[in-house]
Amino acid sequence: MEHEQKKDITAPPFGCFPEPIYQSLSESSLIIYFGDQINECVVNRVQQARQLIEQCCHHLLLDVIPSYTSIHLTYDVLQTEYDWFQPQLARLLNDAFIDEPCTTPIRIKTQGVLASDEVTLEAPLVVEVPIYYGEEVAFDLPAVAAHSGLSEEEVIKVHSEMEYTVYTIGFSPGFAFLGNIDERIAMPRMQTPRTHVPAGSLGIANRQTAVYPVAVPGGWRIIGRTPMNLVDYSLPELSPFQVGGKVRFKPIDKAAFLSLGGQLDKVGSHS
Amino acid sequence: MSLRVDHAGVLALLVDRGRRGYQHVGVSVGGPMDEHAYLWANRLLGNKQSATQIEITYGLFRCQFEEDTHIALTGANLQATLNDKPIRSWQTYAVTAGDVLAFKTPHAGLRSYLAVKGGFQVEPHLGSTTTLMRDHIGGLRQDGQALSKTDLIPFNRYAVKHRGQALPEAFIPDYTAKVELGVMLSYQFNQFDMSVIKRFFTSEYTISQHIDRMGYRLSGHAIHYEGQPLISEGISYGAIQISGDGQPIILMCDRQTIGGYPKVGCVTALDMNKLSQRGSGDTVMFRPIKAQTARNDMRAFERFFMT
Repeated sequence: MEHEQKKDITAPPFGCFPEPIYQSLSESSLIIYFGDQINECVVNRVQQARQLIEQCCHHLLLDVIPSYTSIHLTYDVLQTEYDWFQPQLARLLNDAFIDEPCTTPIRIKTQGVLASDEVTLEAPLVVEVPIYYGEEVAFDLPAVAAHSGLSEEEVIKVHSEMEYTVYTIGFSPGFAFLGNIDERIAMPRMQTPRTHVPAGSLGIANRQTAVYPVAVPGGWRIIGRTPMNLVDYSLPELSPFQVGGKVRFKPIDKAAFLSLGGQLDKVGSHS
Repeated sequence: MSLRVDHAGVLALLVDRGRRGYQHVGVSVGGPMDEHAYLWANRLLGNKQSATQIEITYGLFRCQFEEDTHIALTGANLQATLNDKPIRSWQTYAVTAGDVLAFKTPHAGLRSYLAVKGGFQVEPHLGSTTTLMRDHIGGLRQDGQALSKTDLIPFNRYAVKHRGQALPEAFIPDYTAKVELGVMLSYQFNQFDMSVIKRFFTSEYTISQHIDRMGYRLSGHAIHYEGQPLISEGISYGAIQISGDGQPIILMCDRQTIGGYPKVGCVTALDMNKLSQRGSGDTVMFRPIKAQTARNDMRAFERFFMT
């Protein structure tokens, strides 16, 4: 899909397309691409566009999947159709972006004829996740330390000092892909995944990091565990995370981990 | 009162039209594999279109009704019997307390739908009763478990005089017929070589052993992707994903929400119903279809079942 470059406007932020690219996928779904790089500028647009779309088009939509550089929409074919909906989306998203993540809510006038003529852009959600980096739960911390050439204490420090961005949520409910971790502590997935990774485990895979909300098989390098419940089916949003939002890890000691309900169950061996 | 499961068979699941509005946190839609058969079962009974039913895959399921009601059976011919007498699919029956409904193995098709008047009365989980086994969501106990022996599935007594409803023969799909799947070209299709796409539409593919509610893996002429590596993105129902070895996987209703494999397009929703009644060893072909045509067909289908 070729797009004419507009030369008279300021260049879009790194990795972002000058204008979103729309594509019809199936009878009831479409995708909007905002860029072609995994970075904060692009996911910031995804986060903002998702808010605009959800506030203006909720009556037409069945499902929304924001992911890294795109938003996938499933719409109700009895309520709208692509040839009408796509131009409306384009009008809504045209020039609507703010290049820095907003820090306070911003009201925006929309030019569309969709449900709302004014929307609010909220600042990205920041979630603090307590992590116990102790040896009983940090199965791969020695390996990550050896791979990086840093001490275990340094790995913990490097990992917990950064603020991360949620790039997408998927794989299993509430599993948030966070990036980017410091290059020094990056490490590929295990060759053979574990058959059982306990719920709450904090993992590393290349330059991504994530917490397993529930116990599943998995191959990420495990360097700690949170006592926090990261998928709660009784909550309306299920997950504390939001694509485009921020996550900070706060190191806690064993006593705090246990008092917050943390469990020390073991990892599953290779099958 | 309830329906009591005496044999769960290969796979029996409670389903409604699926779980909407949670894909952004990674929860799959799920729902009936064959919406066409599912919607007809509710329609024949005058149920709400989203009433909860039992999807019986492959058969060997047996249950007993503890109360009078009317039932509808649609979809595959799994050689069902009511009190040991063979009964046909695509029509309604009156059952009385103590009646036994049993299924043998597939004669045509793979999945049968059992509806009761008013639907099964099951507590929704995240807005839906659909069972999502992988993520432990929905179903009888909101834990994602498939139905098992001794389960009691509640429904409301219905003892009104039965006036049988049946789908006219001409509308009953033949699940043994060869199937050609309509494909809307989308996603990365223009990053594939045109000759590769041409081969895809002129080759026959066999449904492999690896089929489940997440995806149908096919085997046939390999389609190699030489485009750019992909960034994970949302996956549509019916998306045709090309795996590393070039074989297509068609993503079904329990598919994961995101994925990073290239996709050539999407099988139409109406043809996905047909595919879900085919099993390992059956062959399929693909044909390109205009997006507008597919949308019109789907809208007509949805309108029909809405009224």
